[in-house]
This record gives sequence, C-alpha cells and structure tokens, in this order.
Amino acid sequence: MASKTLYSQRDPALKKRDDFEDILEERRNFSDLRYALRCYTPVLYKGMTPCKPSMLKTIVLQSEQLHYVVNQVSKETGEATDIIQEEAVVILEEMAQRLQLSTIRFFAFTLSKAFKALFQSIRVNEEGIQRLQQAIQEHPVVLLPSHRSYLDFLLMSYILYTYDLALPVIAAGMDFLGMKFVGEMLRMSGAFFIRRSFGGDKLYWAVFSEYVKTMLRNGYAPIEFFLEGTRSRTCKSLTPKLGLLNIVMDPFFKGEVFDVNVVPISISYERVLEEALYARELLGVPKPKESTSGLLKARRILSEDYGSIHVYFGQPVSVRSLAQGRINRSQYNLVPRHIPAKPSEDALDFVSDTAYRLVRKQEENMVLRPWVLIAAILMQNLDGMDSALLTEQTAWLRGLARAFGAFLDWPDNEPAAKAVSSSLALHRDLVRTEGGRVLLTEQPPESSSPEEALFNRAVAALSCASYRNQILHVFLRPALAAVAMDAAATSRKDDVYGSFALLRDVFSNEFILCPGAASRTGVVTLARRERDTRDFEEACYLLMKCGAVQILKQDIVVTERGRPVLSFLSGMLEPFLQGYQVVCRYFREEANEGLTEKQYVPAVRSFAVKRILSDGLKCYEALSSDLQKNALAALLRMNALKKVKVVDLVTLKVNKTAVKTLEDALGCKVPVQKPVLARL
Amino acid sequence: MASNYNSAERQRIAQQRLKIIAGHLQKDEDGEPTRIFANDCKAEATDRHSSSTSTMPKRRQEVMKWNGWGYSDSRFLFNKKGQAEFTGKRYRLSGMILPSLKDWFEGTFGASLQHKTPAATSLSSSAVQPPSLNEDFVQDLKATGIPYSHEAEDRVFRAHGHCLHEIFALREGKFGRVPDMVVWPNCHDAVVKIVELASKHNVCLIPYGGGTSVSSALECPQEETRSIVSVDTSQMNRILWIDEKNLTAHVEAGIVGQELERALNESGYCTGHEPDSMEFSSLGGWVATRASGMKKNIYGNIEDLVVHIRMVTPRGVIEKSCQGPRMSTGPDIHHFILGSEGTLGVVTEVTMKIRPVPEYQKYGSVVFPNFEQGVACLREVARQRCAPASIRLMDNAQFQFGHALKPQVSSIFTSFLDGLKNIYITKFKGFDPHRLCVATLLFEGNRERVLQHEKQVYDIAATFGGLAAGEDNGQRGYMLTFVIAYLRDLGMDYYVIGESFETSVPWDRVLDLCRNVKERIVRECKDKGVQFPPLSTCRVTQTYDAGACVYFYFAFNYRGLADPVHVYEQVEHAAREEILANGGSLSHHHGVGKLRKQWMQESISSVGLGMLKSVKDYVDPDNIFGNRNLLSSRNQHRTAARAGVPVSPQ
Repeated sequence: MASKTLYSQRDPALKKRDDFEDILEERRNFSDLRYALRCYTPVLYKGMTPCKPSMLKTIVLQSEQLHYVVNQVSKETGEATDIIQEEAVVILEEMAQRLQLSTIRFFAFTLSKAFKALFQSIRVNEEGIQRLQQAIQEHPVVLLPSHRSYLDFLLMSYILYTYDLALPVIAAGMDFLGMKFVGEMLRMSGAFFIRRSFGGDKLYWAVFSEYVKTMLRNGYAPIEFFLEGTRSRTCKSLTPKLGLLNIVMDPFFKGEVFDVNVVPISISYERVLEEALYARELLGVPKPKESTSGLLKARRILSEDYGSIHVYFGQPVSVRSLAQGRINRSQYNLVPRHIPAKPSEDALDFVSDTAYRLVRKQEENMVLRPWVLIAAILMQNLDGMDSALLTEQTAWLRGLARAFGAFLDWPDNEPAAKAVSSSLALHRDLVRTEGGRVLLTEQPPESSSPEEALFNRAVAALSCASYRNQILHVFLRPALAAVAMDAAATSRKDDVYGSFALLRDVFSNEFILCPGAASRTGVVTLARRERDTRDFEEACYLLMKCGAVQILKQDIVVTERGRPVLSFLSGMLEPFLQGYQVVCRYFREEANEGLTEKQYVPAVRSFAVKRILSDGLKCYEALSSDLQKNALAALLRMNALKKVKVVDLVTLKVNKTAVKTLEDALGCKVPVQKPVLARL
Repeated sequence: MASNYNSAERQRIAQQRLKIIAGHLQKDEDGEPTRIFANDCKAEATDRHSSSTSTMPKRRQEVMKWNGWGYSDSRFLFNKKGQAEFTGKRYRLSGMILPSLKDWFEGTFGASLQHKTPAATSLSSSAVQPPSLNEDFVQDLKATGIPYSHEAEDRVFRAHGHCLHEIFALREGKFGRVPDMVVWPNCHDAVVKIVELASKHNVCLIPYGGGTSVSSALECPQEETRSIVSVDTSQMNRILWIDEKNLTAHVEAGIVGQELERALNESGYCTGHEPDSMEFSSLGGWVATRASGMKKNIYGNIEDLVVHIRMVTPRGVIEKSCQGPRMSTGPDIHHFILGSEGTLGVVTEVTMKIRPVPEYQKYGSVVFPNFEQGVACLREVARQRCAPASIRLMDNAQFQFGHALKPQVSSIFTSFLDGLKNIYITKFKGFDPHRLCVATLLFEGNRERVLQHEKQVYDIAATFGGLAAGEDNGQRGYMLTFVIAYLRDLGMDYYVIGESFETSVPWDRVLDLCRNVKERIVRECKDKGVQFPPLSTCRVTQTYDAGACVYFYFAFNYRGLADPVHVYEQVEHAAREEILANGGSLSHHHGVGKLRKQWMQESISSVGLGMLKSVKDYVDPDNIFGNRNLLSSRNQHRTAARAGVPVSPQ
C-alpha cells in the first residue's frame, strides 16, 4: 500500500494525479444539521487498543519513560519525585486533547455554513481518501498537511469527518490557548497544545514525546501536525521542523510498532484568508495576537469570495520501507528503550532527508491556478504590463510549467484570455486593469509620505509575490541553474555546478532544497553525495527536457529557444538575489558592533527603505522579514556572521570580507570560485 | 511399604514418560541383528558398568525416511474419505483419525487435497555423484577394521539435515555434494584413529550425530575438493558408567536422547535433557550446538549439564583433568567445544549430571484472553523464579492448530463436555476465540510439592486473567512438538512448505518482536508473490531471568510460485533480519551452521569472530573438520576484511 514513491523521480510532466471531487456540493443540496448528526463509524487501526483521552493520560503518567525522566530531574534538582511528577501532571493537563464527537458535530455544522459562504468549492482527491482509509487500518498514520492558514486543521478534521475517517489528534501551538473559549473548543476537537519552545526542559520534552508516542503506539488516532511548524506567510514551503517527525518515527525505530505511515497532504487555497494580514506582518506590522474578538471581527471576510480549496491526500509513505538499508535498528538493542537517548547520526540524517522529501511531496501536489502564473509574470513587471502581452506570456508560461510537472488546474480547452480575465476578477483586491494595462492595486491609493507610499506598494507586491511563491517550487531548481549559468566562469558543467552549489547553500533556508552533504561528523557517505547533486541533476534534466539547454559531454549549452526561458527563470529569482544583497550591504555599511538579533530586523528594514527610496531599487522583498531572517540564517550558517555572547547579550559579529564575497557572488560581479569539491 | 509404593510409582512414571514423550516403541527387531565390532572397544567396555542400549542401525534408511522426518512407519496422510490420520504404532496419535485437520489445513493455507505434490518414491543411486575416494586413506582405514561404506544411500542420508531446502531437494530427487564415504567408529579410540588418518591424508571429516540439524550444518560445502568422510557416531552409544555418589553418568556421545533416557530410567535416573528432537538427536550433537531441553528450568541446558567433555581434534584430544563441579582455570575450554558445530573435532565422551527419575509429573494448561496477558504472566512467573519444568505459551494461531490435531472423540459425552468448556471460556468469560491463547505446563517432582507449585502458578496466571484449562490440553501441546515435523511432510505433499526458527530476546521486547516478525513474514510473502496468506505463528518456549526463547512456525501454500524454496529462503532471511532488528539473538539453540553464518560478525563483533577463528586455526590448521559452519571460510574472511576498508569520499 504505502510505497516508496518518495524516491520516484524522472519525468514530472507525466506524473499521474487523481481527480478531485467537491465536497461542498452535497452540502449545498442537503441538510447541514442532518450531516452534523449523521452516524459516524470510521474504520480504525487494526491493532488499536481502544481507550479514552483520560486513560491516555494515565498511561503516559505511569510510563517507564516518564518515570525515568522524573527520577533524573529529581536527582538533578534535589526536588522530591512526587513534586516533579505533579509538574508532569500539570504539563499534561495543559497539553492533552479531549476529543469529543459532539464538538466535531458542532464544527461540522458551523463550518459547513462558513465554508459555503467563503468558498466556491472544496475539492478533495477521493482516491487519496481511499488510500488513507486503507492505511489507517494497517498501521498508525501520521497526517502531514501543508500550513498556509488557520483554517487548515479545522478543514482537515472536517474532511475526515465527511469521509467517515478516523478523526486525528492535532499538534497545535500553545498560542491558540490564548483564545479563551476557542482554545477549549479546539481541544475538544482533537487539538493538543505544545509550547513553541521548550529547549532544555527535559520534563516537558518527556511528557510531550511520550504523549505523542503513546497515541501512536496504541493507534489511538491518526496524528496530525505541520511539518513546517507554523503557517507560511509567504506561501512558500518552510524548512521542515524535525522534532515531531523524530518523535513519531521513534516507535518504529525501536520496534514498538511494525510500521508508521506518513501521509503528505497539500492544501491549496485559491485565496488565502489571511492574505492581506500576511503581507503586513512581513512588513513589520505585528500579527494580531490570537483572540476571540479578533476572530469575530474577521467575520466580515465571510462576505468575500475566496475561490476554491484543493486538498490532495498524497500516497501514504511507509517509514519502514524508507528506512530500509538506512537505519540499523539493532543500534537500539543495547540500552533499555525507555531511557531517552539522543538520536543517532543516521537517524537524524534519515529524518531530515525524509522531512525534506515530504515537504517536496506536499509542494508537488499543490494545485496551482492560472492566477499564480499571472502573478509570477506580474512580479517581473511591477510597473504594470499590457494585458494582451500578459495573456500571451501566461499561455507561454503554462506550457513551461506543465513541462516542469506543475499541477495546474487549468482545463485544456479554456483559452488563456478567459483564464486571465477571470483570475483578475477574483483578485481585484490586488490588481486592476487601466487602459489595457494590468497594474498592482495599492491600498489606500493616496498616501501622505514617500515611506507610506512605499509601504503600500510593498503590501501589494508582497501579496502578489505570495502567489508567485506558490509556483516557485516548480521553477526553483532550473531557475537556480539559470542564475548559476550566468554566474559561472565557463559553461563547463562543473563550473556551473560550483555556482549552483553556492546558490543552493545561500538559499537553503529560503527554499526547500536538498539538505547538504555535510554531516555533523564530517563523514560523507555515498548517499549524501548522491543527495548533494540531486537538485542540480534535476535542474539539468528539466532544462534539457524543455529544450532550453543541451548537455554535451562537459558543457551545458543554451539553445536559441532556451534564452527567453532562462531569462524568465533568472528573473524569477532576481528579487531574492537583490534582497540578499541588500542584507549583505547592510552588514557591510551600517551594522554596528553590538547589534542584537532583535534589533536586526527593524534595522535592516529601515536600511532597505532608504535604498529603495534613494537608489530606485525595485526590490520590495528586501522589506520582508521572512527574507531578512532567512538571509541572516544563511550568513550565520556560512560563517559570514558570528554570534558572540557578551555577558548576557548575544550580538552579531560581522566578517566583512566574507559578506562582501558573498554579495559579489550574488550580484554576479565576480565569477564564483570553483568549489573545493567538484562532486560531479 | 512406602518404598514399595515409591519404586512402583517410579516404574509407572518411567513407563508413562516413555509412552508420552519419547512416544515410540522399542523396535528391537528393526535393529541390526549382527553387529560387527571393529576392535576390542566393546570388550573393554564390559568391564565397566555398562547398560545395554539399542543401537541406531548403520543403515538408518531401513528404519527412517530418507527424504522426510522420522520413522518410515509413521506419517500423516489423508485417507480415502479425506480424513487425516497418523499411521504406525509409535505415538499416542498413531492410528488415530484427526477429523478437523483437513478443514484447518485447507482453511489455513488455501490448499486443496486435489492438488498433490508427491515426493520421489525411491532414491535413484545413479543421480548421486560417484564417490571421490582418497585411496590411501581408504587403505589405512581398512587396516583399522573400522566399518565404512560408500554406498549412495548411506552417503545421501548423511548429506543433509532437516532444513526445508534440504528436504525439498530430496523429495525432488536432487542431490548436491554428498559425503564420499561414511565411517562408523564405535569408541573414542576409533575416532582418534580416524582423525589421525584424515590429517595424514588430508581428508575432510564431517561429524554426524542424529542428523536433525536445521542450520545447513551437515551440508557438504560445494567448494570442498577433498574427499569428504562423514563420521557417523551412532555406534558409540553406551553408558560407560553411572556414579551415584556424584550423580553423574559417563556416556558415549553418539547416543540418542530417547535411548539415553530409557537406559538411565532403568537405573532410576534421568538427565532431564529433552530437546524436541530427542527421539533422534545425539548427545554429541547437543554439545556441538549448545542444545536446550524443554525442562531446562529444572535440569538446565546442555552447558549446565555437562561436567566433562572429551573431544578428538586434529591437534589431539582435549579434556579437563578432573570433574570438579566448577573451576576458575581461565576461560572455560568447554565453551570452545559447546557450540563448535563440528568445526573443531568429534565429541566422543561426555560426563553428564543425572537426577533420580521424578516421583510425580503433571501436565496443565492455562487459557489467557490474549497473547499480551500470556506473556505478562510468563514474565511474572520468571520474576518469581517459580517456572515449572516447562512452561510454553502458544499464540492464537497455534492454539487453533493444536485444536485441529484433536483426535476423533470416542463418546458423545466428551464432545458435550468440550462444547461446554468452549461456551464457558468464550461466552461466559468473554474470551475472543480469535485472540485467546494457551500456555502449556509441565510440573515435576515430589507429589506434594508439585501440587503446591501448581497452585502457585495458577494463582499467578489468574492475576493475568488466565483460566486453568486442564491437563489434556497441556499434554496435547507437548505432543504437538513431536509430530509437527511429520506434519511438514504432509504439507509438502500438498504444496505447503514451512519451517520453524527460534530466537531469544529480553522480556521487554518479546511482544514487539513476536508481532513484528509475524507481520514481516506476512508482508514478505505478499511481496514475493505468495498467493495465499501464510501461517505465521509463534510461541514462547522457555523463560529465563532476563528474557525468553521464542519459536516461530512459518508455512505457506506455494502454488503458482516458480521457485518456492527461494521464496521461502528470502522470507526466512527477512524474518531473521527482523529478529535482529528487534533485539533478538541469532539463535537460542538451533545454532548457526551455514544458514546463519553471514550474521555472525554482526552478532559477536569482529573481534569475537577473530577469537573463534584463531581457536580454529590452532586446533585445526588444515581444516580437516571442514564443514565450514559458523565461520566464513578463510579466503572469504580475508576478502571481507579488505572490503571493509573505508572507501575514501574523494
């Protein structure tokens, strides 16, 4: 059932995908109340030991695992064990879910109403549902949806309830609990709450991981969490967080379950509910704290049209078959399994590689509307463009996207002009047509100061960018190759690869790229070396396939047809290249000694504002805190910055030469140094 | 009066034990009428305290199947009415009809009585390679008067153990490399001579005891170019003396288990060592494989039972100078011999502990609502160190299998009682018939203590939801182990192949291991294209302080498969990997042989393997004992070492 599809590659255009079915259609025709009260009898995991949420807590509190840590903490702190055990009880109380069918029924009713008001359709691939149903019976299942909106997890439970599937328990951030009544509602619909950070807190970690593992081992319910950790404000996938994935795989590594099936799920919104909020948040208007009244205010959104949602349940992936030959499970033979141990190097490596593949699976199955193609084109023409030209280019881009395997929801017989005009209509908040030209809409149209005007333009640009970002994953690797070919000294494949590898390292926080070859111990295994060139090989393959380049023995040669393709592709990455350069320049020119991480984002933002206003730079993405943070992480990772701890303060120390080198490389001013290892 | 009663009781028990466990009747008329003594070993022996024991004939094929398990007269078959019956007179089940076996068989495997796969009926000598003899060796051997043979039938019989692939090949009439010659030494000195001659003429020797190996240990290495001589120890089968003061017996290593017990019983003693193969396996074989007996809880495993071992190696004879019960004289040399699997020499004589035959014996059984509860109970019994002589826990599939072997009930009353029992357990106690499992028990000792002990164990069982389920169920459970090997032959007549394998594992991992291995088997079968779900079942057969021994049965219907044996081997291989990944050992008592030697390094570390190698290199530098069990051959080893050099990343 669960197969090794995570490893399948090759021709993406030929990828077979399932058809969708609209679940709102039935809701529009039949009673919501009857639907909410209908008989619900899901199939369950065959090895399940049925138990109540309260029983789960008891199992966790009595587990050897927890006892061990309680004793350990007691020894370290000198506190009595029963006090620590009591602490564990408190933690668990705060964390645990209390899944109740009645709450689900309540949501089933209210959400039906809300969804019908908000969306044209909610489309689900039913074959995926069938695969999931099978998987749920066979093995413990972990659901991994993409995360773009608050709606995601309610939507997931709603769909599972609709299809009579076992309701999941969901890992949610503690911030939800701030919303008085809603937090508890969510708890009763299966959410369990975890603190955002609990770094060194052994006891918390023990309670949390044991709670999750107990639910998994007992097959209590499918476990759902977001690999990306938080909602992506940019609509790009975020670098996966590994903590929970590690936890759910551990019972398999230790033989406590035969297998675990993980199911990547892609939820694509035609319009994200939080669209405008996100852009503001990225520009430094802090996100409103989750509050019930805030949620009620959001009611006005009910009057808007948010298009369709597509939910694609991917092929369940068997952790067992993925781990075959990669994890030596007998490494767990010599220590009792309840004693917590740091995951081994190979386990960490496996989990991180799997996480990466799963996020890519999510990306692959994201349904893309014509609008994202339009947004991608508009982002390269921020001053507006002729609508006929836009239509023509959209049609052209559709072909390219298809060739690269994009999952486009664009019927073959629908002409480009129609697709473009209906997209523009749906997104009239963002774009307008004036005298045959398509322009981004700024809101409010009049602004008092140049800064404010800039801010308004930036909101529009970042909102538009969030749609381009949805298709970025399709073009990303070829685009990196296109930039690398510009930057490389020669067209020799290993030179290009050198540039490519550098770009990949720089952007590995920004985009989902294969985790690099370097391991913590510095051992380079064969598998890692293969992984190292995986992205590049894929890029070359796609470019070759669409006829943009030819790969001769040693060289990569651009074809005549390929020039517009490559220039479009590099254009797509241009904002990121420029944005990173702005950050580099900030560190070279303006950063003072003693800059802290906290001060960094506002400081670099005001630096960017100045640059844009004075130099006429068109790069609004430099204002995005997401890009700024990613760039900071990249500079730290590449040792151009160092964190220095002075007394209690962590400050950033700049290595200006290194920053300069990187800046030049990104600006293609100097050919990139050949990397030390030509791994081709 | 009391003593009279005692000895009468003892007599009775001795008889009963024989009937029940060893189960087979003495068949003197089948034995070879005239025994040729090669030299004066036997004459010498008469001076000592020597019991008369019956001897396995040199031509074993006259009593035993050449291409299947056990005695020729005992086999399962489906009669004209389609009912299963067990032929012969040797066992409790012999001559009985087993009415539910057919349904179980067809239901479990999807097999059909219409689809037969009969075995080749007789051995065609022409299919056997002609012997490659070392003439000088043969000449010298002749001079010693030690009997030998190079007849095809004798050689083929000693070319295999009872692995599935070995029996499957025989049934198809296919023979690989077989020994070129069989010799029958009848005493220690004869073995010394044989080993001397083999070393002198560079002949390969493979010791052969009961032939019940399930590790490919008896298989002749394909790459062996020298003449291979099988050293059949069956004629060395005397009890040389019994020492009642120290409770030890000195026995020749060729004696088979049931003979040893029978003979000791005559003097009121027993060893208590009862491996499931005890009808055929030999003392020397037990030593060479580190065997384990079902009653080890009272008597210990073979390593606990031996006091002194004598082994002939190419370097000479190895033995200790005294029979002290324990020594601190460096690493125990017995432990080089125990488990050496015929790679170092031939075990010729063993001094073993003996015990008076127990006064009272009682079977028992407990039904648990599920396997988890059953394992928890066994763990508790082990924790309290109150395990009976034997305690075994079958899973649900095996419980049902056991039921299929119930003979026809003679009276309506019994069947009525059975029905009542079923209703009580499933309806009244709420046990799910598809989840419940049963533990079989065997208590031994002084009558009063047995009853006390029994109560203690049943009390523990009750705390885990266990219900006492009667002596009969218990007894049938143990009987199953003796006939299961016969059943495999029946399966093989109808497209069903299977085998058992075992492991030992710490207590906390028993459940996980059982579940994962069973599931892995099912999974692999499906992946390998097996058309019908396999039988994949296990039982916990031994308890220890720190863990348990788990035994798996695995069988499937191979209709539609081109190479069933290969599929079987792949699945067994996967199952073994699963065992190791779940914290199980490579083997609890079957040994490594050639079947499992690829995992030796992983199991005992390369240093550990090196230690064993260096012992082998010293004791047998010319690899006279060349069965190539346990250790990779020298060349392979070096290549592996070379390949182990880390490949530089650049």
